[in-house]
Amino acid sequence: MTNRRRGPEGARACRVTGAAAALLLAGCAGRGAGPDPARLLSGPPPSSLSAFNFFDDAAADTALMPRPRVEGYSLVNALFSDHAVKDRHVYLPPGSAIGYREDGVLEFPVGSAILKTFSLAPDLRDPSRGARRIETRVLVRRADGWVAWPYVWNAAQTDATYAPVGARRSWQVLDPAGTPLKIAWSVPNQNQCKTCHQSGDAIAPLGPTARNLNRMRVAQTGAGVTTPETLNQLDDWTHRGLLVGAPRAAAAPRVPEAFDADAPLETRARAWLDVNCAHCHQRDGSASNSGLYLGWSEKAGTALGYAKRPVAAGRGAGEGLFVIEPGHPDRSIMIHRMASTEPGVAMPELGRSVVDPQGVALISAWIAGLGV
Amino acid sequence: MTRPAPLRLAVTLLCVALAGAACSSKSDRDRSGPLSPGPLAATELQLRLIEAKPGTTITLAAGKFEIVDGLSLAVDRVTLRGAGPDATILSFAGQTTAGEGLLVTADDVRLEGFAIEDTRGDGIKSKGADRIIYRDLRVEWTGGPSEKNGAYGIYPVESQDVLIDSVTVRGASDAGIYVGQSRNIIVRKSRAEFNVAGIEIENSSQADVFDNIVTRNSGGILVFNLPDLPIKDGRDIRVFDNQVFANDTPNFAPPGNIVASVPTGTGIMVMAARGVHIFRNQLRLNRTAHVLVAAYFLPTKDAAYDPLPHRVVLRDNVYGPGGDDPQGMLRPLARAMGGRLPSVVWDGVDTYGGVTVEGSLDMLEDGSVGFIDLGLVSTPVDFATARPRMTRPAPSPRMPVEPPPVRLAFDPAMPPSAEPSPDAPATGVPADPLQAIKGIQERLQTLQPAAPSKDGP
Repeated sequence: MTNRRRGPEGARACRVTGAAAALLLAGCAGRGAGPDPARLLSGPPPSSLSAFNFFDDAAADTALMPRPRVEGYSLVNALFSDHAVKDRHVYLPPGSAIGYREDGVLEFPVGSAILKTFSLAPDLRDPSRGARRIETRVLVRRADGWVAWPYVWNAAQTDATYAPVGARRSWQVLDPAGTPLKIAWSVPNQNQCKTCHQSGDAIAPLGPTARNLNRMRVAQTGAGVTTPETLNQLDDWTHRGLLVGAPRAAAAPRVPEAFDADAPLETRARAWLDVNCAHCHQRDGSASNSGLYLGWSEKAGTALGYAKRPVAAGRGAGEGLFVIEPGHPDRSIMIHRMASTEPGVAMPELGRSVVDPQGVALISAWIAGLGV
Repeated sequence: MTRPAPLRLAVTLLCVALAGAACSSKSDRDRSGPLSPGPLAATELQLRLIEAKPGTTITLAAGKFEIVDGLSLAVDRVTLRGAGPDATILSFAGQTTAGEGLLVTADDVRLEGFAIEDTRGDGIKSKGADRIIYRDLRVEWTGGPSEKNGAYGIYPVESQDVLIDSVTVRGASDAGIYVGQSRNIIVRKSRAEFNVAGIEIENSSQADVFDNIVTRNSGGILVFNLPDLPIKDGRDIRVFDNQVFANDTPNFAPPGNIVASVPTGTGIMVMAARGVHIFRNQLRLNRTAHVLVAAYFLPTKDAAYDPLPHRVVLRDNVYGPGGDDPQGMLRPLARAMGGRLPSVVWDGVDTYGGVTVEGSLDMLEDGSVGFIDLGLVSTPVDFATARPRMTRPAPSPRMPVEPPPVRLAFDPAMPPSAEPSPDAPATGVPADPLQAIKGIQERLQTLQPAAPSKDGP
C-alpha cells in the first residue's frame, strides 16, 4: 500500500452523508481494510500500531486516515497534556454499537477500541502547523475488561511501536506566548496507564462520557486542524446507528467548555477539575485515599477541597493549610500543586511536565471568587 | 512458524551494541538472572516489573541503580529482591516524574533487601495491595532531615494484611513508616530515625507495633485518626516493646500537615484513636513528653468523625528522663507550670458536640509515673481554657480488653504461591517465539535514553 497524502481538500471530498453513511461507517474513511475483530478480542498487543489496521498507511505532515468502522470524535474538554493536540478515534466491531449512559463513560461493546494520538507542534502559537505525532494510546475493550497499550511513533511518522515501558522525549518549543519552553514528554508505561485509568480494580476510559461528547462534530483533517460542523456528535452517532439508547442531544447532559468565557465561572472550573483531576480524585480512583474528590457531580464541601486539610501531601502542601482556601488562590494547596512541575508536588502526578497557564488562571479566578 | 533470519541478525547486532544491559541471547526473556546497574537498567527493571508472571522473583544485584522515572508494580505475587539494604540501592536523586519511587498496586507482593534513596515524593507506596511484605529494606533521604524530602518512606494505604519487618527509614518529612486506612498490620524490628514522625498508624485498625527502635525523630510513634477520609474509625492497636528515645529532631514538616503540630520531643502520641494499648515500651530523653494522648484539636465538618480518643491503655512502660523542655503547642502551657511536663500528658478532652464520654484513658502505670491532665475539656481546643491537674482519670468500670495479637492472613516465612488465582489477569506476555523476538526489538527501540533534541518535534 502506498502512502497517500491528503490535506483538508481530500478529507472534505470523502465525507459521506445521508444514506451512504449507514453503509460507510466513518464520516471520512480511509481505503484499506479495517481492523480484524478477532485480533482485538484476545492475544498480546501487536508490536506496531499499523498491524491493527485502524488507519491507512501514515506519513509525516499528514492526518491519520481512519479505516472503515474507525470514527473520529472530539470532546468538549480535554486533559492538559503539555500542550499536545489529541486526535481521538473509536473503533466498533461490525454489528455493534455504543450503549448510552447519562452519567459516566458510555458503554463500549466488547471488541471495540479507543485511540488517542498525541501530537506536538514546534510553535504552540499555531498548534496545527508542523505538528508531529508522539504517541498513540490504545484502549481495547475485551470480554474481561479494558487493556491499555501505549505506542510510540517513529521519527519518519510512518508507524508507532508498542512501548510497554513507556518512553521519554525532550523538546524545545515556543509556548502559546512565543516564549521558548522545554517539554520533557513522558510516554506512560503500561502501569502508569492504569494509574489514571483505574476504576476500582479495573481499567476504564475517561473522556467519552455523554456530557463530554455532547458537542458539534468536527471534521478532523489533520493533527489539530478541525472544522466545526453543524451536526451534534451524539445525534450523529445515534442517527448512524453507532450509539443506542441516547436521547436527543438537546436532552442529554452537556458539560460547559472550560475556557468559554461566556459560561459561568463555577461550572467552567468544575468542568476543568472534572477532566484534569477527577480521573484519580474520585471515590474508586487512584487517589481514593486522599478523601479529595473533584468529579463533576461532587457537591461543594470538604471532599471538594473547601477548607480541607492535606493528609498525605507532604511537601506538596507547600505553605498552604487547605486544599482550597476560599478567596485565596495563593494560599490554596490546589493552585500550589497545579503551578509546580516538581515531582512530589506537581499535580497531576503523571502526564504533565510544564504548567498549564490557562488552567491555573481559571482555577485561581474561581477560588478567588469563592466565599467573598 | 519460522524465524526470519534477517530479523534475528538485527536483534543480535542490537544486543551486541547494547552489551550487557538488557539482552544477550534467547535466555533474554528468561529474566532469571539478577539485574545489574547500568545505563538501561532502570528501563529494564520497569519492563521486568510490567512483564513479570505471578509467582516470580525479580532479583537485583548489588550496586547503585540511577532511576529518573517512578517504578511501579501491578502484578500479583511478585517478589522484588535485592542483595541487601546497604548493597542494592535504587537512587532517585535525579527523579523527574511520579509521586513516589516505587508504587505497588498488586496483592501478595514482597519487597526485600534493597534501599530506596532520595525520592522526590514518597519512597515506596503500596495502595490496595493486600498481603504485602516490606522486609529488610532501607528508605532514606541521604541529605538528612529537610522539608524538601518526600512525605513518607514506607507507605501502605488502603490495604489488608501488611507486614513491615526489619526496615530502616530516615529523613521523611512526614512519617518514616506510615500505614494509612489499612487493616491487620505488623510493624516490627524496624528502625525509624530523623523523620518528623518515626512510625505512624493512621485511620487503621488491628495493628501490632513492636520491637522497633524509634529515635531522633520529631515524634516517635503516632497513632492517629483524622477526619475527611474514607476510613476514619481506626481501632485496636498495640504498641509494645519498642525503644522510643531522644526524639529530638526539630519538626520540619510543611505547615499544613497534621504532623507539623506534633511537638518536637514527643515519644508516643495517640490522637482520636480507640482501643490503643501501649505497654512495655522504653521511653527516655523525649523532651516534650514520653506519651501524649489527645483529641483531634481542630474544627471539622465531618459528621461521621469522632475526634475523641477512647479506651487508651497505658501500662508497664519504662520511663526515663524527659519532659524537661517541652516544645511546640505545649511549650506555653509547660512554661506556666515551671517549664516541665511529666512522662504522660493527657489533654483532658472528653467532650465533643456537648457530649462527654468516659473511659478515654486508663492510666495503669505505677503511681510514681508522672501524669498531667491539661483540662482542656472539649474540642475544638482552646488552649487558653487549660486547667491542668495531676489527678488521673477514673479507671474504666470495665477494664478495656487488650486486642488479640495480629495474625496475618499469610505465612511470611513461606514464598508466595506461584499458582495464579482464578481472578488473576492475563499478563500479555507474547507466547510465540516470533512475537518474542519482535518484543525484544521493540523494547530496544524504546530503550533509547532521553536526549534533548536540538530542533522541534
